[in-house]
Amino acid sequence: MSGIIEGETGSWEMVIGLEVHAQVTANSKLFSGAPITFGGEPNTQVSLVDAAMPGMLPVLNEYCVEQAIRTGLGLGAQINRLSVFERKNYFYPDLPQGYQISQYAHPIVGKGEIEIDLPDGTVKSIGVTRLHLEQDAGKSLHDQHASKTFVDLNRSGQALMEIVSEPDMRSADEAAAYVRKLRTILRYLGTCDGNMDEGSMRCDVNLSMRRPGEPFGTRCEIKNVNSIRYIQAAIEYEARRQVDVLEEGGKIAQETRLWDTRQHVTRSMRSKEEAFDYRYFPDPDLLPLELDEQVIERVKNSLPELPDAKKKRFIGDYGLSPYDAGVLVAEQTRAEFYERVLAGKRDPKITANLLITELLGGLNKGGHDIDDSPISADALGELIDLLADNTISGRIAKDVFAEMFATGKGAAAIVQEKGLRQVTDTGAIDAVIDAVIAKNQDKLAEYRSGKDKLFGFFVGQVMKESGGKANPALVNQALKAKLAG
Amino acid sequence: MSLTHLTIAESVKQLESGSISSAELTEAHIRAMEGARALNAFIVETPDLAMDQARAVDARRGKGERGVLEGVPLAIKDLFCTKGVQTTAGSKILEGFIPHYESTVTANLWRDGAVMLGKANLDEFAMGSSNMTSAYGPVESPWKRQGDNRPLVPGGSSGGSAAAVSARLAPGATGTDTGGSIRQPAAFCGIVGIKPTYGRCSRWGTIAFASSLDQAGAFARTVEDSAIMLGSMAGYDPKDSTSIDLPVPNYRASLGRSVKGLRIGIPKEYRVDGMSGEIDKLWRQGEAWFRDAGAEIVEISLPHTRYALATYYIVAPAECSSNLARYDGVRYGLRMPGKDLTELYEATRAQGFGAEVKRRILIGTYVLSAGYFDAYYIKAQKVRALIARDFSDAFKSCDLILTPTAPSAAFALGEKTEDPIAMYLNDVFTVPASLAGLPGISVPAGLDSGGLPLGLQLIGRPFDEETVFAGAAALEKAAAFKAVPQIMAA
Repeated sequence: MSGIIEGETGSWEMVIGLEVHAQVTANSKLFSGAPITFGGEPNTQVSLVDAAMPGMLPVLNEYCVEQAIRTGLGLGAQINRLSVFERKNYFYPDLPQGYQISQYAHPIVGKGEIEIDLPDGTVKSIGVTRLHLEQDAGKSLHDQHASKTFVDLNRSGQALMEIVSEPDMRSADEAAAYVRKLRTILRYLGTCDGNMDEGSMRCDVNLSMRRPGEPFGTRCEIKNVNSIRYIQAAIEYEARRQVDVLEEGGKIAQETRLWDTRQHVTRSMRSKEEAFDYRYFPDPDLLPLELDEQVIERVKNSLPELPDAKKKRFIGDYGLSPYDAGVLVAEQTRAEFYERVLAGKRDPKITANLLITELLGGLNKGGHDIDDSPISADALGELIDLLADNTISGRIAKDVFAEMFATGKGAAAIVQEKGLRQVTDTGAIDAVIDAVIAKNQDKLAEYRSGKDKLFGFFVGQVMKESGGKANPALVNQALKAKLAG
Repeated sequence: MSLTHLTIAESVKQLESGSISSAELTEAHIRAMEGARALNAFIVETPDLAMDQARAVDARRGKGERGVLEGVPLAIKDLFCTKGVQTTAGSKILEGFIPHYESTVTANLWRDGAVMLGKANLDEFAMGSSNMTSAYGPVESPWKRQGDNRPLVPGGSSGGSAAAVSARLAPGATGTDTGGSIRQPAAFCGIVGIKPTYGRCSRWGTIAFASSLDQAGAFARTVEDSAIMLGSMAGYDPKDSTSIDLPVPNYRASLGRSVKGLRIGIPKEYRVDGMSGEIDKLWRQGEAWFRDAGAEIVEISLPHTRYALATYYIVAPAECSSNLARYDGVRYGLRMPGKDLTELYEATRAQGFGAEVKRRILIGTYVLSAGYFDAYYIKAQKVRALIARDFSDAFKSCDLILTPTAPSAAFALGEKTEDPIAMYLNDVFTVPASLAGLPGISVPAGLDSGGLPLGLQLIGRPFDEETVFAGAAALEKAAAFKAVPQIMAA
């Protein structure tokens, strides 16, 4: 959908910036040794530090720092040699310390960028303003008791990366593409699993409307929009709401709004005047974080090939179309699967076609991706080899694939079992051709009198007679000779 | 000699030789503690635990290595979390709170064989200079002014610790010092109090007041005893990111060092207005003692000293306002009911905190607020850096700095409570070293005209507690302070 809204008084353009909270993949929390696994029993993954017992002190988890560096490098961003943890002070029962340890004036990662693919095939660069490390809060459970709120501190103290974009997006689709791309990069890097369902990636949307080309308008922040579908819906709703206010001559009040997942509307949460004064100040329990060049260098050397580079390579080395390459690199596991099938010897285009159209197509129908594939890379390779050495034709290959997908059986076994082996015996093919010609003397005469188009008819008949198993190239060759007489 | 009058060094010697048992020594102190309850030096007495620990020490005598405090009973400031023993920080908000963990500092003491007599009273959350802000009632000094029976303050915030050691209820005690909370009560009670360099003792398990200033230290009746205690308490702790990974020297060995040739700095800016003639006289006496011992007296300048109190009363409340946010009635300690969350918070904190703590939370919240942060907190941090630089400049021309510990002797209970500023002025000589994170010691050096003890303070270079102890030992020897309080265990 376009980011331009045609109102009564003219066009309005969306200006969108996103703040993504990505839970850092790590074995323990940002400032405590408590383990983290999703779905643990409430309050079973809580250390004395996470519960803010008196006298407890935070100790920085170096692995989480490396993960932030890795992410920063993956976003092509500046890594700040000095960053500072500060306290963001506010009271809430799921925030045991009464403050969140975060980074404010001096984040660990500075400016970077993310390239997104637009539907028209162009690429747009979205600026990343900063990335900082901070603690997650616990969870308040309001649905466990009629009048009480329960608190689960398992999440308390887990490391989050807050990744803030520039207000560079101009439509809901661009915002969705940004989140998808960011998620892909994080998954490639192994720094966040990107599971929005489990809350390991959460998003706040900043949106304002303006007349195209004019300065930015007043923005609203929409909190906790936790799926790509909701991000798009919230943007569409909020944009319309703002346009309606503006067209009626009203002003947008800078405020924080909440996405209502049931009504699919945004609701005012607090105005600018009601905004908290977080009283940030450097956490005196922690020293400023100074990064060692060697650590940055080591992390840099351990970076995997990232999606953009991989896509370029797939296009350049394998001759894939940008679209196909894009589909394959969207998930690291797909790209890995693809290259495992290629194994340096198979045809890249045939492999890509089969993988994207048949395998991903089939998986997608059931809402699955490559991780759930019933066909291994080796098994798919076997099918491609049968195709390549003319054991089966492309048409038969599709049938064999369907059988493999349904039963998990190997390609060769299916071909053997069902007698699908392509006929390459020229004697046998000649016999079929002779029979077909004998049956269609009238067509033969027409062909010989110049009706070339009938060649297709003869091919079809021969293939039909052979049960689809005759090698098409051999059929063509022999048929041409025989028809010529 | 009565067992309660033994120093730590003497006790260790006698325990080692077997001429006394830890059970006897501990028992004597338990009786003393019981006999002096009027002082209100303890919030919780732990006689059963003490006897168990003492008997365990006695049982293992002669087997394996002995800790440096093997069998010595101590008082523990109730700011150190002690496993299984109520820890309140002197606040109602933590009444009944029993930690499941042991602070690093006390764990170090138990590792070295010490025995816990009880949890010593203190100003609420260590905020105060008189021990009058404790929710468990004020501590009374064992000292009396001549011809005046009015109860006096022991100083604060470690008032219970200081009173206990002075009154011979314990030969040593732990304290914490944020702006003078060890040195000032040591001076008021006529004992030795050492605050080491920030980062020397772990803060893990010690209830925080102002994280960038808080530092554990020791009270004892001799410099040697304070050195023994600090040697046990100090050490790197990976659980405290601000603790420093440096080996702990043998402090006791540094006591024998000569001060000959040592340069003793006298900061000219410390001759503050309103300082009593007696204090000034004692200070000059201190100079003379050092000169006689062969040290060189040099005048130094600490030009930003006059901003130290103002700086301290921005930085410390700012940190405390955030550190005390966790006392919200949700997880532990006091909870007052409320019809909603805000009411619960308000009622709990209104009931749970005393006036001084509330005052500092309000000041701290104010100085961190949007629009005031730069003018107060940032400015204070800049001045703090200048104060620290004053010291590092001064230490180019001297090895130790000699000052009075407090501008006066102890005052009467309730005398200064109406005027918080007058109370804050008590820390005028101790706060600068706290802001700079430097080690400081108070040594009893004389009596005022009313017969009350006065202390002199020595400030050293960062992590140079050894020179501080050497200077303190020389001062102790020259002063030959023998006065004892009026209230004292037999």
